[in-house]
Formats: sequence, structure tokens, C-alpha cells
Amino acid sequence: MTDLAQVVKQTRAWACYDCGKCTATCPISRVTGTYSPRGMVLAAVLGRRDEIVHDAALYQCLTCRMCDRRCPAEVRYTDLVQKLRELAHRDGFEHECPHGGALLSTMRIMAAGTTRQARLGWLTDRFRTETTKGDVFYWTGCSMYYDAFFPQLDVKTLDGTRAAILLMNRAGIQPIVSPDERCCGHDLLWNGDRSNFELLARFNVKLVEDSGAKVLVTSCAECLRTWKIDYSPYFKGKPPRIVHFTELLGELMDRLKFKAEGRQKVTFQDPCRMGRHLGIYQPPRDVLAAVPGVEIVEMQRAEAVAVCCAGGTWSSCDWASKQIQVERLREAKATGAGILATACPKCQIHFRCTMKDHKRRQEIEMEIRDVAELAAAALA
Amino acid sequence: MSTAPHRTAEAAPVSAQSCAWNPSIVVFACNWCSYAGADTAGVSRIQHQPHFRMIRVMCSGRIEPGFVLRAFEKGADGVLVSGCHFGDCHYIFGNHRAVEQFEKTKNMVSLLGIEGGRLRLEWISAAEGGRFADVINEFTDQVRALGPSPLNNKQAISFKAGVGR
Repeated sequence: MTDLAQVVKQTRAWACYDCGKCTATCPISRVTGTYSPRGMVLAAVLGRRDEIVHDAALYQCLTCRMCDRRCPAEVRYTDLVQKLRELAHRDGFEHECPHGGALLSTMRIMAAGTTRQARLGWLTDRFRTETTKGDVFYWTGCSMYYDAFFPQLDVKTLDGTRAAILLMNRAGIQPIVSPDERCCGHDLLWNGDRSNFELLARFNVKLVEDSGAKVLVTSCAECLRTWKIDYSPYFKGKPPRIVHFTELLGELMDRLKFKAEGRQKVTFQDPCRMGRHLGIYQPPRDVLAAVPGVEIVEMQRAEAVAVCCAGGTWSSCDWASKQIQVERLREAKATGAGILATACPKCQIHFRCTMKDHKRRQEIEMEIRDVAELAAAALA
Repeated sequence: MSTAPHRTAEAAPVSAQSCAWNPSIVVFACNWCSYAGADTAGVSRIQHQPHFRMIRVMCSGRIEPGFVLRAFEKGADGVLVSGCHFGDCHYIFGNHRAVEQFEKTKNMVSLLGIEGGRLRLEWISAAEGGRFADVINEFTDQVRALGPSPLNNKQAISFKAGVGR
């Protein structure tokens, strides 16, 4: 069996009956008019390997799972794309990734693991944390790298990280924040680099298993997906309970005291990894609803049909992504909300970038905050 | 045909020869100033240490964090970014962009735990052949003192989780 035939078998691409619902629902197809998931599946089934594996179009897919949700034949298109990218990577095909490949290089340097990172410079004495052992492991993700890499976009993903630790401290939890943590490898995996992903997976799983943590909590939707789904084969024992910070915060709400002040309208952007990939829709909304002074207004396309931020895996960034982001921000503005709440640093980065467009600024600019930041700001 | 003995890289008179280990350094140079400065150093026969590989770009403003991080990822022991002096840029403000990019690069490199001494930004004009040689000699010695990069596969020392904290 050829490698492509194997991929077709694993992802149920063979079950495709050509209905085209995937292309009809794909946010990329909608704006480009040329990208076709249905065509990609067909080519895979027909065994036209070079045509799809060595084509830059393979990297246009946002892997947002909009199509998987619609597919009546249960073809896992997102998994198909991920596996095809792996084949491309194995063939030595390198596509031009956005940001000059800096962020993927960063991940590979962490995968090599021969340097000792200085990743916790932002963690001041104000926060009570552990370094090695504890019950709750707070997975910080790559926020500090994003803040260092995107100063021109005023990206402040660490604010969400700090707010999350502060909230946990207030609720009497002293989480582990490890100086040895490495990138979860999400973006390497989705760009086809499985070997470096495995290095990171083995290291990180061991780090968390050795800490004895019973709960692993993260503020990043991508880390969450990776830990919950992609890391599961690497655990030796029973994995800890893996939750998004908003899920944990929901449980801690009655331990926290809030001040009832102000009235702000907030709309929530469902990250694709948290929503369609893992089916977590309600917890962030419950948290927002429980924060005094916050009123949630939903966008027209919310929860399972929410449009993704169009840049999740650092695999593509072009006019199509921009178009999707602008439309999404218009939708957010149309709710009348002043604040766009997110639960993933990537959503924040990509929307902030779009808002820098000086011609559209007036029309689409709004405040972006992590859910944790909004909750922390309302603390008494 | 010249009968003069062929000048090889090993003929450099500097401390290099006696060293057991020589670093691999990547030098990014802009087309208009620094690359020409290196040329000046060459045609003026100014001796300098030969342990660097030059990558020419049209403007130092093009040298983004991805370039430098890729060099480190592939095992470079040091990276030198060079361009025109302020006010001399062929594209007027390209070197100001270079500074912005370099600041980001520096922050990423320090987060990753790569020593700051392995990365340097220098302005070298086309006329400054001597200065080019000086910068190269000084930087090479500095990187040699730091030893092989932790990402240099041949010399890699692996840190395990929880060891030596």
C-alpha cells in the first residue's frame, strides 16, 4: 500500500461521495473561490500524490474543522491535511511559512533541547507558584515568545497568563509554572514535522508526569488540543485531568470575590481548537456571564459555526486570511460589544494584526482581552 | 601567472591557527555597505580570521528574526548582522528597520537561552575594510571564548528536565 493510500484509509477519505459540502462551508474557499477541499479529497482517493502533496495549496487549509463538522460521510479532512503535510515534510518539501519561519525555528530549537530557556522573566514575586511539584500544573505555552516577537502589534498575551495565575492564587491554588517547559509542538505537527513534535511530546509529558500534577491547565486552546488528543499516546501512566483555564475558573468562581462595577458588552470568539476540535463551548461563556458587570452578546456565527482567526498553525497568511479576519471583526463590531474576548493567544495575535490596517481601523478596531483578564479586572 | 604562494585561509596570522576549536559564524551583510566593506578588506589584503560565512542581502532591513534563528537552529556558533551607518542607507531608512528586527531577534534569542554574546549588530561602510577586519577578529574571539553553540550538534550537551536547577 502506498503512503497516500494509507492516509486515505486512516482518514476515511475513501468514504467521500463528492457532495461538496466541505468546499461550500470552507472559509478559505469562500474568499478565494479556488481552494477546494472536495478536489483535494478526490485527488487523494485517485492517488495523484504529487499533485496534492507538493502543492502550496495544501498549506492554505486553516485546519479549523468547519468541513469535518458538515461532512455527511464523516471524512476527517483536517486529519487528511495534517497527514499530507507530513508526507510533504518527509519528501523534503518546505513551504514558505509566515514570519520568515522564525516561530517554527524557535520550536525546533526547543525540540533540540540543548539550551536552557529564560522563559519566566515576567513571573514576578507577586505570583505564588511552584517550580517542580504540585497538584495543578499551569501550562504557560509560548506567550512570552509571542510578546517578544510581535511588539509592533502590541500583542500582550502574557497579560492573560498573569491574570490566570493571579486568579488561581486568589482561589487558593499555587500552580506549578515550570522553567523547563517547552513548546507543545502544535504548529510543528500541523506543518508536518512529526519528528520534532515527538521530541517535544516525550519531554513535556515526562515533565508533567514527574511533577505529580493531577490537573493540567492552560490558557491556550492549541496547547489544550495537543495535550488532550495528540499527546495521549505518550503518557506512560494515567494522564492528569487536562482542562482549559476557563473550565477551571468556572469551578473556582464561588471562591472568588468580585466587585460589581460598570457594564460592558463582551462578545466571545470561539477558538477552533477549543470549539470544533474539542467541543468546549459553554465554560468560557459561563465564566463571562458570572463576572459582574459583563454582558455577553453573541456574534451571528457563534459556537460550532464560529469562524476561525485564519492563521492558527503558522502555515499561511495571505489576503484570504485577512479577508476572513476583517469579516469576522465586522461581525464582532455588529454585536455592539466593546470588547472581543478570546481564549487563545493566536486569535488575539491575528485579530490585532488585522486591526493595524490603517484604512479599515475605524471600522473594525475593538478591544481584545483574554477571558482571564476580564475576570481578573473585576476582582474585588 | 603569479608565482606568489597561494594564500589559503589557513595563512591568516591571527591566533586562529593555534586554536583547537574554531567557531562557525554566519555574517549577514547588506549589498551596499558591509558586503563592499568586506570586499575592501579583501582587496586591501587586511588579514582577518576566516571562520565566517557571508550571506549577502540587499538591505540590512531584510534581516528578520527568522534568518538569525534559522542560522542558530542549524548550528551556527555566532551570528553577525551588519549594514550601512545611519544616514548612509541606500534605501534611506532600511537600517532603522534592521534595528527594529534586531531588537526582536535579541529578545527571542535570550528567551531561548542562547548567550547574547553570540549575536551582534554592527554598522560597516564600504570604505571601512579595516573596521570590517577588526569587527570580525573581535567577534570571532568573543564567540571562541564562549565555546561551541549548544545547538551545534557535534558538541551538543543535553540538559535533562530537572537536572542542575
